[in-house]
Amino acid sequence: MSVSLCEHVRMRSARQDDFILTTNNLTKEFKGFVAVNAVGLKVRRGEIHALIGPNGAGKTTCFNLLTKFLEPTHGTIHFNGIDITHEKSAQIARRGVVRSFQISAVFPHLSVLENVRIALQRGLGTSFHFWKSERTLEVLNERAMSLLTDVGLQEYAQMIAVEMPYGRKRALEIATTLALEPELMLLDEPTQGMGHEDVERVMQLIKKVSANRTILMVEHNMKVVAGISDTITVLARGAVLAEGDYATVAADPQVIEAYMGTEQTEAVAH
Amino acid sequence: MKMPKIHFGYLTLFVALLFAPFIVYPVLMMKVMCFALFACAFNLLLGYTGLLSFGHAVFLGTGAYVTGHVLKEWGWPTELGLLAGTLSASVLGLVIGALAIRRQGIYFAMVTLALAQMVYFLFVQAPFTGGEDGLQGIPRGTLLGVVDLADDQSLYYFVLAICVGAFWLIHRTIHSPFGQILKAVRENEARVVSLGFDVAKYKLVAFVLSATLAGLAGATKVLVFKFATLTDAHWHTSGEVVLMTLLGGMGTAFGPVVGAGVIISLQSELADKVGSLVTVIMGGIFVVCVLAFRRGIVGEASALYQRITGR
Repeated sequence: MSVSLCEHVRMRSARQDDFILTTNNLTKEFKGFVAVNAVGLKVRRGEIHALIGPNGAGKTTCFNLLTKFLEPTHGTIHFNGIDITHEKSAQIARRGVVRSFQISAVFPHLSVLENVRIALQRGLGTSFHFWKSERTLEVLNERAMSLLTDVGLQEYAQMIAVEMPYGRKRALEIATTLALEPELMLLDEPTQGMGHEDVERVMQLIKKVSANRTILMVEHNMKVVAGISDTITVLARGAVLAEGDYATVAADPQVIEAYMGTEQTEAVAH
Repeated sequence: MKMPKIHFGYLTLFVALLFAPFIVYPVLMMKVMCFALFACAFNLLLGYTGLLSFGHAVFLGTGAYVTGHVLKEWGWPTELGLLAGTLSASVLGLVIGALAIRRQGIYFAMVTLALAQMVYFLFVQAPFTGGEDGLQGIPRGTLLGVVDLADDQSLYYFVLAICVGAFWLIHRTIHSPFGQILKAVRENEARVVSLGFDVAKYKLVAFVLSATLAGLAGATKVLVFKFATLTDAHWHTSGEVVLMTLLGGMGTAFGPVVGAGVIISLQSELADKVGSLVTVIMGGIFVVCVLAFRRGIVGEASALYQRITGR
């Protein structure tokens, strides 16, 4: 009930033309191979926006361009109307665009609590203070614990991250990302390689954290895409093939062809 | 539970070091301490930031030459001489670091090696280093104009104080807010970037800190031996510090000290017995270390301890 209510509020508050992130003619060429071709992406504020497409469609490359882990060959990226095309990755993160990675990106040999605390440390402004004790970071523990509680990891706070099962590492990654209170969260295949139960849990988690923020995610699991996304952009061979809500996209003959039916059947089966 | 035990261990060691010069030849002890400091400085970069610098000897050499020069030629007081050597290494660290951190992994190592070699050839040519002869007969001077450091025992305690102070600084750095970020960079650099940290700046600060402490080790070493030579800045020495750190245990606070102790004592024991074969023996130790105990002596020992006590 509360989820659907949230959703309604969000849908209503999201003005049709209020775009948090737009790209224009975004292109990336690797020595003649065009990985991303003139993509014009428009992400509406407050939505969960899914980026899907067959393997090699350029989804992750697109993510890397948006967060400047790769330099675009042509095109522009605007966040909240500001041109961020030429900014550095860390700068973009500080603006409130925070990404996750395809392979779980935790700090494996730090504790779960420390993982989240790293993200919170930026706000403290003592990150260069090599003469201070790490005990000065304990003021952040409370906030870190509350973030861990949000993702259901409060019992694992003292565990070394590497010792946790995969699904929990992804949850930890989301907690770390949330610590920065990003306006726009970019999730790269958040449910990849997960068992059925974990997929369900992470899906609910994404739904939960999408309140008050925008999420752009690359996702392969059609169940997740159909279940929680408001808008879907389909990429194929580096270009936008179709865009719209799940029903529109799923009915698009070009999309069906690109996927050769496989993922569609799977989605229906679920 | 664990912390007091470690503190107790350090305290025991400190007391042992206080009495060591009555049993062991103090100059050998001081040499071990200087290299232990050098290896700890290097470990701050390799073990806690994940950066393999292959030109660290140049900072040791710079510290040694500058301190040697200002003490011998300009007659500066000992304390100022140490400071000059140390700060020169910081400045050089800033320059080399700023250039090298633009590259990663093996390229970082290669850039540091190349730049260090450039400085090395500068040392070969420059008149103030004495070229192949090096700087000889450098006066140790006095401490605050009171304690005569020409006496090996007095110098020993001075060197011990420097090393303990530097070791404390490294310990503090590792366990500081800054150290947390360094460890995160070592673990997953891309993730740290994605969290909005300018990783390059953190690496640079770590590099400069490491270079500074390596310079301090070189400057202190000059006081001990009263000479500075090209060996200090040679790439062999850069390789040796890698060996010391890996053998003792990379990324452990105390590993490099053990590594330096083992290597230096072996070298001084073996030098007059096997001659140049010592290089072969060092190589053999390196191979065994990499194949059999990758975590190094301290790393393996603490892993064993944890297994026995069941953590």
